[in-house]
Amino acid sequence: MAKMGPRLGVLAAFLVTLAACGGSNTPAAQSDVGITSNSILLGNTIAQSGPARAYGTIANAENAYFTYVNNTKGGVNGRMIKFKILDDAYTPANAVTLTKQLVEQDQVFAMFSGLGTQTQTSVRDYLNTQKVPQLFVATGATTFMADYSSHNWTIGWQPPYQGEARIYAKDILANHASAKIGVLYQNDDYGQDYLKGLTDGLGSSASQIVDKESYDVTAAVPTLAAQLSKLKASGADTLFLFTTPAFTIGSLAIVTKIGWAPLIYLNSVSNPQVYMGLAQKSGAALGNVTSVGYIKDPTDPQWASDDGMKLYKTVIANCTTCNVMDGFNIYGVAVAYTMVDILTQAGSVMTRKNVMDIAAKGLNETNPFLLPGVKVKTTPSDHFPITQEQVIHWSGTGWTLQGSLIDERGTIK
Amino acid sequence: MQRLRSAPPRYFLGVIALLFFIGLPTVVTSFQSSEWTQVLIFAIVIMGLNILVGYSGQISLGHGALMAVGAYTSAILIHRYQVDYLITIPIAGLLTGVVGFALGIPALRLSALYLALATFALAVVAPSLIKRPVQLTGGVQGILLTPPDPPQFAKDAFGAVTGGQEMTSDQWLYYVSLVLALLLFWLAWNLVRHRPGRAMRAIRDREVAAASSGINVAAYKTMAFGISAFYAGIGGALYGLSIGFVSPDTFPLALSFQLLVGAVIGGLASIAGPLVGGIFTFWLPIVSSQFVASQPWIPTGIAAAFKNAGPQVSYGALLIAIMIFAPNGVVGLVTAGYGRLQARLRGAGDRGSGQMPSDPQTV
Repeated sequence: MAKMGPRLGVLAAFLVTLAACGGSNTPAAQSDVGITSNSILLGNTIAQSGPARAYGTIANAENAYFTYVNNTKGGVNGRMIKFKILDDAYTPANAVTLTKQLVEQDQVFAMFSGLGTQTQTSVRDYLNTQKVPQLFVATGATTFMADYSSHNWTIGWQPPYQGEARIYAKDILANHASAKIGVLYQNDDYGQDYLKGLTDGLGSSASQIVDKESYDVTAAVPTLAAQLSKLKASGADTLFLFTTPAFTIGSLAIVTKIGWAPLIYLNSVSNPQVYMGLAQKSGAALGNVTSVGYIKDPTDPQWASDDGMKLYKTVIANCTTCNVMDGFNIYGVAVAYTMVDILTQAGSVMTRKNVMDIAAKGLNETNPFLLPGVKVKTTPSDHFPITQEQVIHWSGTGWTLQGSLIDERGTIK
Repeated sequence: MQRLRSAPPRYFLGVIALLFFIGLPTVVTSFQSSEWTQVLIFAIVIMGLNILVGYSGQISLGHGALMAVGAYTSAILIHRYQVDYLITIPIAGLLTGVVGFALGIPALRLSALYLALATFALAVVAPSLIKRPVQLTGGVQGILLTPPDPPQFAKDAFGAVTGGQEMTSDQWLYYVSLVLALLLFWLAWNLVRHRPGRAMRAIRDREVAAASSGINVAAYKTMAFGISAFYAGIGGALYGLSIGFVSPDTFPLALSFQLLVGAVIGGLASIAGPLVGGIFTFWLPIVSSQFVASQPWIPTGIAAAFKNAGPQVSYGALLIAIMIFAPNGVVGLVTAGYGRLQARLRGAGDRGSGQMPSDPQTV
């Protein structure tokens, strides 16, 4: 009965409001599970222990933004945001149990920014059946945006991996048309998604990929040196690294050690300046490295007097464990900004349906933490919130923005 | 009546536990039932591990991988061949049992340390291995399973008991797990009390002596592996069904450790131990990350350290404490405590009865 109570309550409230409205067009105040007159409860599962716990800070940064909004603006429309973070250690089994706990026991209004492709896939059907919004999942796996029609309680946020890879393909075709490409990718959805984007983006030039090698994250014995030597021997002059940070740092150092100086394309997940510094320390030359960005990098001096960056630094002071220079933290603050934006827009119609509709169909936001010109946007026919990214080039001490924003909106179906 | 009065207290405890588990879903929420489902599943797998480690004296760090075999067998049969989920559970158990039996053959040649390493290797490669045949296993995308609807008779019975409450699939899976757990515990209890159990214990304690008294050491050792894997397969199939999603990351290396630690904490070579072990395996990570962090009386520094280090620190601390203070696990501790209490109640007169104390390990 505990489970049915609130639902019946909502239904009753809905019917009463419906009757009260009597067909007028002004939206009357409505609420839903997890909403009280002075609070909104959001839930999150993320890895805060285990091998992927470096990501855990994202949720703390998000909480820092909510704290900032609660303290300086009195919450959203008078309601304080409460954010419950649970540690799923990056395993689907934990994600399922904890998500059920948040939905059925803690009665959250929505799940926000859950991290990981397998973990979020494992709860997607459940959340869709329960009609609980699964908002702005922290993964670039294309399925979370592309499969909106079959899962319309789920939406991603960051640029899809395939879109990013297509930008690299464009750069290759425009600036290095005769490149011979070697690819090192992580053998999971993440690496495979990137590889698909690159192959699709190159189109008829896909034959320029002369060799591709993959590795497993869980592999006990590092095989990177052998694989990179093989890629070098294949005659490739351009290397794509679709790898996660630890493997990227290792690969960059190995490339230099085996006396190879290819043109390197590095995926955005691994490009925060912290990792580049670590790669340099382990002996990587980083001669000719290209990547893309869409978020302002806290380590980049060009944003020192930028309003968005100043706001970020104010916000992140609310989190005592957060490293202000960590790129993951500004990511967290940026996505929390979008969350507050949709809650604000929902106004007095605080229903799961309304908030979900705004997120998936009615976003049109300029986010102060993203590169100038990047829009967070969804329409009734397009559910990819961020699709613009800019090519960046490693200067030896930092990333420099190249050219202008490239938009991949509409290219991924 | 006389028989009832002279029954050892563990039978009463057993009945109380049984009533508790049968009645539980009618009083707690559907979500809490799903938590207890996982406890029962871990208890089943640990029961199997207990037969292997506690009774036959072999070690396995690869039971997470065996669970994966069971879970994938069940998921593939349901997803690709539309087999009824209930039928897939015994199939998963049998197939995993065969895998375990095969695993037991090389194990004959390995001493404890190398066996630990060999089974550890299995747990390490399992997630990578699962990813390869993408057509079959769904690769990294995993396989999604729709939660099963409870059958009508179960819905009716549940509604009658709870006053018209609709039975959820989580509650139904709880009862499926409970029935299987009871069956498998009963089987294990029979196994260890009879010839195979005695043979396995003999092998565990003195292999050479066991062989010289006519016990087929190789047969019993491989059989222990096979049975143990059968339990892991059943548990794995239920695990997949209760989570509703089977993927490589569902069976990380840590799972195998958690199971072994659970078996040790609960108490090896006992029938009640695996149930206690299941409770620990499921609740310990949750308690260490949620409960400790939310207690105002625990200094924030310690609470934060617990949260950041994750469940591993609690496992480590608890394991050390158990090894020092209760080498026979929680069940061993309770049994010993009860024995001591009874001795004190009986008074000093009984002390010198000259009888050997019964083996506390063979509860």
